[in-house]
Amino acid sequence: MQSDISNNHIQASFQLKHPEALDNSFILDIDLTLPSQGVTVIFGPSGSGKTTLLRCIAGLEEPDKGQLSINGEIWQNASLSMPTHKRPLGYVFQESSLFPHLTALGNLNYARKRAGKKVSNQLYDHAIDIMGIHDILHRYPQQLSGGERQRVAIARALLINPLLLLMDEPLASLDKQRKQEIIPYLERLGSSLEIPIIYVSHSMDEVSRLADHVVVLKQGKVSAQGGLTEVFSQIDLPLDYGDDTGVVLQGHVIERDRKWHLARIAFSDGELWVRDRGDELNQAVRVRVLARDVSLTLTPDNDSSILNRLAVTVDEIAADTDEAMALIRLKTGSEYLIARLTCKSIDRLQLEPGKKLWAQIKSVALIS
Amino acid sequence: MSFSEADLAAIWLTLRLATTVTLLLLIIGTPIAWWLARTSSVWKAPIAAIVALPLILPPTVLGFYLLIAMGPHGFFGQFTQSLGLGTLPFTFWGLVIASVFYSMPFVVQPIQNAMEAIGERPLEVAATLRAGPFDRFFTVVLPLAKPGFITASILGFAHTVGEFGIILMIGGNIPGETRVISVQIYDHVEALEFMQAHALSGAMLIFSFSVLLALYWLQRKQKVSLLN
Repeated sequence: MQSDISNNHIQASFQLKHPEALDNSFILDIDLTLPSQGVTVIFGPSGSGKTTLLRCIAGLEEPDKGQLSINGEIWQNASLSMPTHKRPLGYVFQESSLFPHLTALGNLNYARKRAGKKVSNQLYDHAIDIMGIHDILHRYPQQLSGGERQRVAIARALLINPLLLLMDEPLASLDKQRKQEIIPYLERLGSSLEIPIIYVSHSMDEVSRLADHVVVLKQGKVSAQGGLTEVFSQIDLPLDYGDDTGVVLQGHVIERDRKWHLARIAFSDGELWVRDRGDELNQAVRVRVLARDVSLTLTPDNDSSILNRLAVTVDEIAADTDEAMALIRLKTGSEYLIARLTCKSIDRLQLEPGKKLWAQIKSVALIS
Repeated sequence: MSFSEADLAAIWLTLRLATTVTLLLLIIGTPIAWWLARTSSVWKAPIAAIVALPLILPPTVLGFYLLIAMGPHGFFGQFTQSLGLGTLPFTFWGLVIASVFYSMPFVVQPIQNAMEAIGERPLEVAATLRAGPFDRFFTVVLPLAKPGFITASILGFAHTVGEFGIILMIGGNIPGETRVISVQIYDHVEALEFMQAHALSGAMLIFSFSVLLALYWLQRKQKVSLLN
């Protein structure tokens, strides 16, 4: 019965009706196939059903109809639903979820003792190490900062030795500074774990830094999904990202200009200069190019102060939520950029699909 | 101030009764409290009301019904007789059963409140850490509801020590078997032995005050530790 495809994918389909709705409106109505490695970010505004989806996967929420299989192993179908404590998953909740009657170490051992697969000393040390919590293990949760608590909670979820790690906006309850403190840990986590991570977020910053794969939810339904670059280079997305509209490019450092403190990043079909953060040569990085930072010229304008200029072809033009503006998808090699321009400029430059011109990029943000 | 041998027997009996009742109530009351804290059944309100009845019912009323139920013609009396245990009124174990009913709300309610205060989240967390229902109960619910258990034990014990009406209805006044401190004081007063009545009453007053003081002091400490 099981095809090879289902053997290395996560297949999830859930339907959850509004408890009081007379019409057939759904809190959640999705049918997804997710990759069984890397970080999948479930992205969407609040109330779009992200957390509900995660809770359904964990078995904390009972859907009206549900099917779930992880790498071919069935966790839920029409006739069976594994209770949460039988599902080999790790779960990080939005706010602190440490047991207040146990120390940080006690919390970790609670998980280790119950792990499905024995936790080696190596994994144990690795989890403590990667979250940087070695010095706070003897403290009780009340004695920890919000960021520290979340790091202990993430380590605890790892020590259950899960086959799937679920994270529900683990940074949402933290202030900006604490977020910046934890994100590097999460980035390291994503690249050092062999298990898939499903990460719920409504923050563009977290998505672009952490995601390999993105699922965009809107009102309980999947409105887009795919690779990170692919999803954010669509301009007909139903979600309005506003000033956050932009693409993410993945590349690596190929040159460091010591004199001007710049680094040259090569992505599949082009190069960009960014400020040198001190990354090593060949270091894999992500850069984000916001639509509002991209302008277009018909000729390669060498008089400009702008450093990054790419030859592009107009691919698609779409209306913006602001009626004075429009979004233009530009193709450069196999990658895409999005520019946000006034309709007046589009008319003046006579932009239409297929037209070749130059994109000037005012700023490029290195995000990871 | 010295106690007569009969006074000491009454004190010893009272302590034995209160300890037995408190232990039994912790065993019986915990599942009831857990059920009341978690259920959304239509039976929740009626069961909660029955548990709380002794709070407002005169002890004589409760005692009267228990006396009939445990008597030779009552359903419980016939059951104990069929087991060859005879009937329970006017025995120590008759007092234990009556006191279990009478002190039930003082044990169930604090535990129930503490369990309700835990909320859903710690249980969900424990479930994602592969703890099954019993595991969750013993490793999460019990430790987190500990303050409730301490309050429940203190109140259950103290309330049983302070019983009078229901003891008189069920137990009468048998030295060493059912004559507890409160009954002994009553006897002293009846016999105009005011000195002895003073001694026992004073002891009870100090005991009750100390218990309540300890309780409030404990609750305050817990609040402070929660705030930090």
